[in-house]
Amino acid sequence: MTRIGRRRAEVWFRRLSWSRIGEAVIENLIRLCGISAVLFVFGIFLFVFREGAGFLFDGLDIEKFLFTTEWYPTSRSNVRYGVGALIVGTFSVTVLAMAIAVPFGLGAAIFVSEFCGKKLREALKIVIELLAAIPSVVWGFIGLSVMNPLIQKVFNVPIGLNVFNGAILLALMSVPIMVSIGEDALKAVPDAYREAALALGATRWQIVYRVLLPAGKNGLLAAVLLGVGRAVGETMAVLMATGHAVNIPRTIFDPVRTLTATIAAELGEAPVGSDHYQVLFIIGILLFSITFAVNLTADLVVKGIRKKQ
Amino acid sequence: MRMLNNPWIKRAAIAAVVSTVTLSFGCGKKSGGEKGVTETIKSGEKKTIQNIGSDTMVNLAQAWAEEYAKIDPSVSVEVSGGGSGIGIAALINGTADVANASRRLEPEEIKRAKAQTGDKPREYMVAYDAISIFVHKDNPLNEISVDELAEIYKETGKITKWSQLGVTQLPGAKGDDIIRVNRQNNSGTYHYFREAVLGHNSDFKSGSLDMNGSKDVIDLVAKTPNAIAYAGLGYATEAVKVLKVSKKKGEPAIMPSIATTLDKSYPIARPMFMYTPGEPPEHVKKYLDWIHADAGQRVVEISGYIPLPSR
Repeated sequence: MTRIGRRRAEVWFRRLSWSRIGEAVIENLIRLCGISAVLFVFGIFLFVFREGAGFLFDGLDIEKFLFTTEWYPTSRSNVRYGVGALIVGTFSVTVLAMAIAVPFGLGAAIFVSEFCGKKLREALKIVIELLAAIPSVVWGFIGLSVMNPLIQKVFNVPIGLNVFNGAILLALMSVPIMVSIGEDALKAVPDAYREAALALGATRWQIVYRVLLPAGKNGLLAAVLLGVGRAVGETMAVLMATGHAVNIPRTIFDPVRTLTATIAAELGEAPVGSDHYQVLFIIGILLFSITFAVNLTADLVVKGIRKKQ
Repeated sequence: MRMLNNPWIKRAAIAAVVSTVTLSFGCGKKSGGEKGVTETIKSGEKKTIQNIGSDTMVNLAQAWAEEYAKIDPSVSVEVSGGGSGIGIAALINGTADVANASRRLEPEEIKRAKAQTGDKPREYMVAYDAISIFVHKDNPLNEISVDELAEIYKETGKITKWSQLGVTQLPGAKGDDIIRVNRQNNSGTYHYFREAVLGHNSDFKSGSLDMNGSKDVIDLVAKTPNAIAYAGLGYATEAVKVLKVSKKKGEPAIMPSIATTLDKSYPIARPMFMYTPGEPPEHVKKYLDWIHADAGQRVVEISGYIPLPSR
């Protein structure tokens, strides 16, 4: 080999090793990022579980905990830990919020993706993103000071801090998520589908109804379920807007209390390690299980749909 | 479909779970976050007193701290509220120099504190507070008895409608239901009201609106014609009406005030306390002495609370 040839080989080698090291570093960094989410989830679950485990396995009557509605954690004579009313509270607010948010969220997603012009679309997207940026405590404040008197007046009910108030706030908070993910889902439907439908003489509405919704249903379902996750986990706004009353609601204008709000209101004052403190962490485990179940169902439903096709 | 293979959707799903959990538990760090605030105080430097606790007393504690800063600038008193429960928790964890409590420590709590700090907490009675009953300013009701209050708030109580109290014309009201406004279940005011009005070993009726502070209670009553609530007299505003209270139906009803609290004719008044974990250091002791002296007790009166009788 000539001297020049050897030198060339060296340079080539050096470059190769540098790029190899760089690539390995970046690859591992990205891997770490990917794994970290899993680590955090498990870490948090372990922490929550450890704090609540003592009382969960020794002392707590799980059946009474889940199915009675008497929540008296600081009673002097008869301490009762029943979260039935809190579970019902969480679900009633979430279900009503979704009943309001799903038509609005998906409708907006369809409009933004299919019906509106480019300029309007950009403007709408910016405004919707702004809606998502409002902190939940501000929503709660609106619920407390604006919606409360308004609901009293409009619906002629004695108290405006109730399921309806909380549900409207939660709906407004989850609509932006639904719109942006729902819009992505519709965008992901190949244009060939639209063209084919047009060629068959379908109207715009028929395209949406018969082609886009069935084709994009997985993504739309994901959008809805993320909205549900947001609604179940939201704390501050519901703490302020639902009235924070341990109560099984008979109408949507009754005040309720949610699982998250109970933790937020009481954990700071419960002596560390006491039964009350541990029960609040058990409520945390319950919340974790609910969100896990929601996400798992979403995954299974989506997988089921995929298999069929 | 392609959509759900999109890794961003999955990532967003994970993020949603994480944020749910962290949202729910962010508040758990509240009590832990106070740790480390009582750092070792070196002589000669500005000394701080961490003063944590009762929401009822927070205005008063703040007024004391501001007044004391003028007298002794070398000491800074840092006041935070949250509730008697938070103050007592901080006392037990050793993160408060002085805990404010609108109720006495329970034997269980003294035991916990002793186990943690190795010394018995010291109790200082600093002022009185008259628990006042509030209704909407348009409510025609003027007086109420302790028995009626118990029937309204107690777990087994029978009064749920305003008409049962003789109020048939409630201006601005929607329906006849009494909206019970209550406090969160670790509040000192909640504990005192339960003991003094509902009776020993009684519990509140479920379904009351449990507010996290006395100010929230008053704000809610001001906006709700059907509401009834209780809070310290210091929180009274123009927007709500204070009721006279009698021990029993038929007995004379008394307006809460300094005079009626001190002569014990107002039935639901209580002492308020400050606690230190063990014997207080010199600068804390000086502060507590000043609170007991005339200057400190004048602040009590200005802030709308009731000063100690023996001065």
